[in-house]
Amino acid sequence: MAMDRREPLDRIKSRRDSALSALVGGVPYLTWLGIRFDRRGDELTATLPYDEKLIGNPMLPALHGGVTAAFLETTAIIELAWAAMWEDMESGRIVPDAAVGDSLPRLPKTIDFTVDYLRSGLPRDAYARARVVRSGRRYASVQVEAWQDNRARLLAQATGHFLMPQG
Amino acid sequence: MADTDQTRIAQQFIEAIPHARALAMRVDALGAGKAVISMPWAEHLVGDPRSGVVHGGVVSALMDTCCGAAVMAHPSGPSSTATIDLRIDYMRSATKGQRITARAECYHITRTVAFVRAVALDEDADNPVAAATGAFTVER
Repeated sequence: MAMDRREPLDRIKSRRDSALSALVGGVPYLTWLGIRFDRRGDELTATLPYDEKLIGNPMLPALHGGVTAAFLETTAIIELAWAAMWEDMESGRIVPDAAVGDSLPRLPKTIDFTVDYLRSGLPRDAYARARVVRSGRRYASVQVEAWQDNRARLLAQATGHFLMPQG
Repeated sequence: MADTDQTRIAQQFIEAIPHARALAMRVDALGAGKAVISMPWAEHLVGDPRSGVVHGGVVSALMDTCCGAAVMAHPSGPSSTATIDLRIDYMRSATKGQRITARAECYHITRTVAFVRAVALDEDADNPVAAATGAFTVER
């Protein structure tokens, strides 16, 4: 379907924002960690707001390495699912709605995930952005970076391979 | 391999870690360069609501903690450790409602780096959920 140049802006924004919030809201673990996603066009940035329960080293204090890994992995999965559903969402073939279980696309499954820890996580908010390096019919490769105060000073980076939902 | 005194001390150590406490982790055994840590399934940890399977990130957190504990339990006595890298292979989904157990072994250590491998199991212990390999810093 061709893009409609004259489609009202509020309708475009509401379609994309509600699809994104349905996608994210469908995952209880994301809600528990407090992760949210900001959107600029199709670009997503994840935020992990600081919380005491995310601490792994209370002496420093520092974020738990597992939390950092989980934040990177969830960011990669949401980015991949978002990129995969974009065309169907824009054309109106699917209308994701958290209240309608089957309206949400199936999520990709992690095959492997490798995290590079570059700095110890400070007790403050963290941000992450993922890039789909290659997305085939069955497999996808995703790269993801997380930072805190400075975008150029990475907290951690990761690469993962994912199995795309079939059918 | 369980030395009950050491296991009790390790449990207190784990309970001082807010995130380990938030995931209700329990130290099941601790020995020379080895650790066994488990945690219960919970609704709020679900990554895929259609299947009720816990999110991969939860398995990462458990594996990371267990690998770190195995390093700390090494007979050469590191004073602290941090993850340099951790790779996790997800072989299958952990079964909904079942406890997840990680078993980690620090199989080599130098003055500055520890090499660790681990598996994650649910109640079907013959059929691992995930495997991990990692490198950790060693502070002397």
